[in-house]
Amino acid sequence: MVDTIFRPFRSSEAERSDRSAGDRLRHRQKIRESIRENIADIIAEESIIGKSRDRVIKVPIRGIREYRFVYGDNTPGVGQGDGDSQPGQVVGKHGQEQQGQGGERAGDRPGVDYYETDVTLEELIDIMFEDLDLPDLERKALRQLEAPRSSKRRGYRQVGIRIRLDKHRTARSRIKRQFAAERRRRLATASNPVETTDDAARDAAAAPSAHRFPFHVDDLVYRHVTTQMRPESNAVVICIMDTSGSMDTMKKYLARSFFFLLYQFICTKYRSVEIVFISHHTEAHEVSEEEFFHKGESGGTFISSGYQKALDIIAERYHPSLWNVYAFHCSDGDNFDSDNTAALRAAHELAEICNLFGYGEIKPLGSRYYESSMLNIFRRLDVGNFQTVLIERKEDIWPSFKAFLAKDKHQD
Amino acid sequence: MPSWSLADLAYWDAKIREQIDALGLDCYPQEFELCNHNDMLAYMAYSGIPAHYPHWSYGKAFEKLKTLYDHGLSGLPYEMVINSNPSLAYLMRDNSLCLQILTIAHVYGHNDFFKNNFTFKSTRAEFTISTFKAHAERVRAYMEDPSIGADNVENILDAAHALSLQRRRNLAVKKLSPDDERRELLRNAQAAHDPFRNIHRRPDYVEPDLQKVPLSPEPDILLFIREHNPYLANWERDLLTIVDEEARYFIPQIETKIMNEGWASWVHREILNAIELPQELHLEFLVRHNQVVRPTPGGINPYHLGLKLWTDLKRRCDEPTPEEIHEHGKPEKAGMLKLLEVRETDRDQSFLRRFLTEELMREMDLFEYEPKGDDLIISKVADEQGWRSVKEQLIRSVGMGGVPVIRIEDADFGHKRTLYLMHDHDGRDLQLENGEKTLAYVHRLWGREVVLETVLAGKRTLLTYNDRGFSAKTVK
Repeated sequence: MVDTIFRPFRSSEAERSDRSAGDRLRHRQKIRESIRENIADIIAEESIIGKSRDRVIKVPIRGIREYRFVYGDNTPGVGQGDGDSQPGQVVGKHGQEQQGQGGERAGDRPGVDYYETDVTLEELIDIMFEDLDLPDLERKALRQLEAPRSSKRRGYRQVGIRIRLDKHRTARSRIKRQFAAERRRRLATASNPVETTDDAARDAAAAPSAHRFPFHVDDLVYRHVTTQMRPESNAVVICIMDTSGSMDTMKKYLARSFFFLLYQFICTKYRSVEIVFISHHTEAHEVSEEEFFHKGESGGTFISSGYQKALDIIAERYHPSLWNVYAFHCSDGDNFDSDNTAALRAAHELAEICNLFGYGEIKPLGSRYYESSMLNIFRRLDVGNFQTVLIERKEDIWPSFKAFLAKDKHQD
Repeated sequence: MPSWSLADLAYWDAKIREQIDALGLDCYPQEFELCNHNDMLAYMAYSGIPAHYPHWSYGKAFEKLKTLYDHGLSGLPYEMVINSNPSLAYLMRDNSLCLQILTIAHVYGHNDFFKNNFTFKSTRAEFTISTFKAHAERVRAYMEDPSIGADNVENILDAAHALSLQRRRNLAVKKLSPDDERRELLRNAQAAHDPFRNIHRRPDYVEPDLQKVPLSPEPDILLFIREHNPYLANWERDLLTIVDEEARYFIPQIETKIMNEGWASWVHREILNAIELPQELHLEFLVRHNQVVRPTPGGINPYHLGLKLWTDLKRRCDEPTPEEIHEHGKPEKAGMLKLLEVRETDRDQSFLRRFLTEELMREMDLFEYEPKGDDLIISKVADEQGWRSVKEQLIRSVGMGGVPVIRIEDADFGHKRTLYLMHDHDGRDLQLENGEKTLAYVHRLWGREVVLETVLAGKRTLLTYNDRGFSAKTVK
């Protein structure tokens, strides 16, 4: 037998050959596509709601499956016990991967190919909102919100950062200098042959080869870039949430998820949109983002109080002639009967001054039939820019969210 | 820095090889390459192949392995060895000396198995590395070809990967040429010799349909499509060939998982017990060895099962009990000779069928489970009444037994160039979602309607995939 060969470890080689990089990248792209397709399910996962944007979150997604013909659910199997196995004992759960089933077995039972992947919330939100926009954004007079917009190129400079080096111009200025230098040398040779020999000797010393004409600091040309401020349309989004006692954990969770999406959406797409949070039970308060998403309250419900608060704030700070106003309200629709007329009137008023006024009714399945609903009452409200949706399950959040924002786009 | 040097490895390697010769093993020349954990993960993702064509599924495998490893859910294998000549194995440089010694001995076990077991005869080990490299170059060339492009290549590879194991399993059985197949059909159509033909009615002669394509049910789905779909481009045919060749290379390893791992574990145990390790190394060896070969409760650990069987086989030859002599007669061979013979002539299914005894099964407490509602419930244990059934069940599930047998019955079903596939149903139903998606891949490659006949919940079912999508209907 020939001698065995041991090849030592070479770290340089190991670092150079990240052979799976390309395949990992492609896999990641496929995951991104799959996230885009299954965004509604991912949104429904609680883990996302209420997290800060730059955090890396783990999104449980259905892996990109590799399908084969495999045996299904009625497949029996063989296992090893610890010595006293008896017929009738339960050894595991159906559909779940057999624990520690040693090694890769071709045609293993399908199992559930879920796995977690790291995505920043930012990335996820990007994917989600790629094709959504605030509807009906009008250009109102007095656009006072300034947003730093795209950087604009303004001329060239001798100094700058590496990434803005203009290679083309740099090369050109070197060639110019080269021509000038040759010309000077030729002139010098013609007028004073003696000095030339000195010059030639100096050049030879400076440059190792006659053909070499290296770049000089003076050759470098950098693009100069300035950021431009551009006035944007003024927009304010008013989030109104019912935090009364009848809003149980599930309902609050659904409402918050909805607003969380809305909030993230606005932050992503519109850098200078103002957001107002109002939570109400029998009274309404303007609250901070933190309180809005994390604080629970209780009490009865006067929906009109929330609307009135919104109207007050608009009157005070965001005059509709200068501002695009969007108002969204989430409630379980369990309003005090005595308040319904007032609520309807306030809603009408709000709808008149808003670009869009949306009402989402949270009715987790089962509770729908024996609780009052504002949807019936708001049906009487016949205004074009008023929209209602019904959210019954967490899976509804994303479709209803899209319904709010995408509907008006069709009318454009 | 590791606590050992290459010289240490060479020293122990020489000792190990003395024992290899003493045991009578017959190995390919061996090469070891030291690598770090990242390299090891990458080798695992690509099944150890140094130059493999790119596909996202390997990126997925890498991510999955890395996640498990980073979270400490699974360790890395101590070794990775591929079936090639010279045999190529990777050693993790962060492992202790004891682990390296154990690994080296284990690798020689696999090496010997690859070289001698009959299932590997057709894998042409001397060309392994270059074949995979040539595959990789061809696939890359197609991806870079502007008239093809990476997306199209991926489309075909996705479909081909899904069907790669749908091929004939026993590589030692030669595939008949069309002429031979025709002759065989005609011969089978003749009435069998009947010694009582005077009193029997003569059976009617049914003329075999020699125009049919395929002549007899065809298990090689990829190759059949390659030959019979006239609309495939040459590069698409080549991709199908590449995927099929790779499956052919890996099927022997699937078919001999228990034998192979058991054999390597048996070899490393024998060797490490024989080479007189210093005491602290020996203690570590015992710990590591037990980690590898301990049973996994509720499942089957091929290392454990294989080692048990090999150990028991040797004992029965060398020191049979009086009952065994009474039942089977005196062993005709010395234990080691018997082992060497068996490691050459068997695969997992035959190995278990021949050497898994009732006593062993009882000792290991093997049981058979069945799904019932949401639970998996033990239906039979290895007792007087149950052990045969448990054994049969085990044999059915090892090796390629876990892959449904599906054959092409007709390539021109209903004269519409519909591909008619038949699932050889043995009581285990197909998983429907996978069936649907995989059938879509068959359709992608075949380009026309495909029909798969199977049995679902006791009813004969036709799964169809055509331009309108998937449909399933039960038939009588």
